[in-house]
Amino acid sequence: MTLVYIIVVLISGITIILNRSTIVNYAMLILFIIVQCLFPFVVLSNKGATQLSYFTFDSIGILLLCTLSIISIPAAWHGYIYIKTHNETRQSRAIYFSALIMLISAISLGVVSNHIAFTWIFTEITTLAASALIYHHRNKLALEGTWKYIFICAISITFVYVGILFLNLALRATGSHDLSYASLMEHRNGLNTFWLKLSFLFIFTGFTAKMSLVPMFTASIDAKDTAPAPAGALLATGLINLGFIGFFRIYVIMANTPLHKWTNILIGTAGILSVFMATVYMLRVKNIKRMLAYSGMEHMGIVMIGIVSGGIGYYAAILHIILHSFIKSGLFFQFTQIYRVFQNKNIYYTGYYFRYNVTGAIALLAGFFCITAIPPSGMFVSEFLIFKSLFDSHMLLVMIVLFVLLTTIIWAFGKNVFRLLFQPPVAFDDSNVPVISPWESTSQFILFALAVWLGFNPPPEFVSLIKESVMLLPN
Amino acid sequence: MIHVFLIIFLITLFYLSIANRMLTYIKVLALQGMILFAVSFMQLSEINTLNLVLILLETIVFKSLAVPLFLAYVLKRNRITREAEPFVPNFVSLIIVTLIVVSTVLLSYSIHDVHLDRMFFVVAFSSLMTGLYIIASRRKIITHVMGYMIIENGVFILSLAVGNEMPAMVNLGIMLDIFASVLILGIFLNKIGDVFKNVDIDQLSNLKDY
Repeated sequence: MTLVYIIVVLISGITIILNRSTIVNYAMLILFIIVQCLFPFVVLSNKGATQLSYFTFDSIGILLLCTLSIISIPAAWHGYIYIKTHNETRQSRAIYFSALIMLISAISLGVVSNHIAFTWIFTEITTLAASALIYHHRNKLALEGTWKYIFICAISITFVYVGILFLNLALRATGSHDLSYASLMEHRNGLNTFWLKLSFLFIFTGFTAKMSLVPMFTASIDAKDTAPAPAGALLATGLINLGFIGFFRIYVIMANTPLHKWTNILIGTAGILSVFMATVYMLRVKNIKRMLAYSGMEHMGIVMIGIVSGGIGYYAAILHIILHSFIKSGLFFQFTQIYRVFQNKNIYYTGYYFRYNVTGAIALLAGFFCITAIPPSGMFVSEFLIFKSLFDSHMLLVMIVLFVLLTTIIWAFGKNVFRLLFQPPVAFDDSNVPVISPWESTSQFILFALAVWLGFNPPPEFVSLIKESVMLLPN
Repeated sequence: MIHVFLIIFLITLFYLSIANRMLTYIKVLALQGMILFAVSFMQLSEINTLNLVLILLETIVFKSLAVPLFLAYVLKRNRITREAEPFVPNFVSLIIVTLIVVSTVLLSYSIHDVHLDRMFFVVAFSSLMTGLYIIASRRKIITHVMGYMIIENGVFILSLAVGNEMPAMVNLGIMLDIFASVLILGIFLNKIGDVFKNVDIDQLSNLKDY
């Protein structure tokens, strides 16, 4: 089935580029989305199986693949609306959709690959696809964003490669040359610790560019700002998840070696610094899209802290990353409507959103409550569990700092969102405000509702998948 | 003999840190490509012909000919000034690169691995760090690209250290190299030159939070 998936991806992607007729383009897009949604079902029914020798369907891969497939449906739909309302040329539409297909498929294959070199290759492909999406508008700002993204991602990809080379050296002591995750896990006790440390340092730093964490977060923030919002939704969720899985699979191995504590100090520092940096930027940010991007950085920091705290924190971290994907993508989809009303990203020039787009405003308000983990948001559950786990592992100082930072973020986020909803806009001519169909907000409501449902009443299969994902981690 | 070449490579890093003219950078990059070929030819003794051809293409054709020629073309076409315009004086750069090399040597003494030649590690790691330093301390976008090329060369040396047992890793590295370089150089340097007339990073600061 993986082979069928890859063939469909290639056919649909190449056809869209070659044949630019509207019907063919959308037919191919629909074909791809159908296959993308069928893929998780096949993967679920073949749980634990290995296909084409490099793709193993394990629990964490299945979870993130399902998440991505669910988000890809509204991403394609909002992409269609975006292209239609902007009167794009055939060429730019073809590039947009083929890049979108490339991005989604590279993330899908990356999360289920069982070999570090393959995860790396698919991460590299996402850089290419993402840069085509970021450069969509072909203007100065887009060029600047793309240049920064490509450059930083090229360096980060090189870092991951250096990390893989060091991992190779670490593995040499055991006499094995197989860099698949299973083989690494099997030989974990024979790995040379010096090389392993160096390797993890480079791999983690490399993946932070995709994960939006300190130190290499800058490029991903610019990318989400300049890419069209429906594509930005994928960059802010799917791509982050790919970076996370690249890190997480190595972390599982590190956690089973004597270096567990050292690793925790490293990622814990990166996590808390990310939340801190996100807070500082959130207090000043006026660009709505960048605000959403910084919020993603904050949540990834929370995930890292959850993993460090151990115990129930592992479960909470995986739950958090899935719920974050649904809510954040919903907010990005909502942003496309905000921009169509105000033609501006700056919060100063927006306001009275309730007057211009009632359904959209309610969706935004719901999204705000969800993303800031205010009940009934599902994220409340995951954040609560992370705090509980911090308390259980006696990391009180981290807990207090995190508490203060999160409160500040809620304040900063709320200030901007409520300004957008209820305060009068500055110098805004409302004679030409387009009427936005309430149906366009349906997908957002569904995504938010999904996040609430999965947080408060998760189906047993979902819980067991998360538990299996963190099974190999020590308590 | 390999060590001699590796030491020459290390010397080129020092030279780069004090180089003033853009053309010097390009020439040094071409020289590094040739040194890399010599090192890989001697290091990878058990290699098959196909891989050797691939490495030859990567080092001589790509690193010493295509990239330098292209960079020279970009310099000329965009009328970029000849000076490297570093943020810090050359003397300070030299001191910093020396510190990088010294600390890498010290780090290498904490390795307890009989399989690895320390020399490879020192040269590769120093060149990685020097590349990062050059990116951070120079003003022009094109010097950033050159810094990236230096990082790539360092990574290539590192991949040679494990290459005899795992030729796949070397191939993977070559793939990375060509992929990223073509993407960066081919598509963007040209575009940036067209849109931003003076190719300077000071111009790339319009993406703001407010």
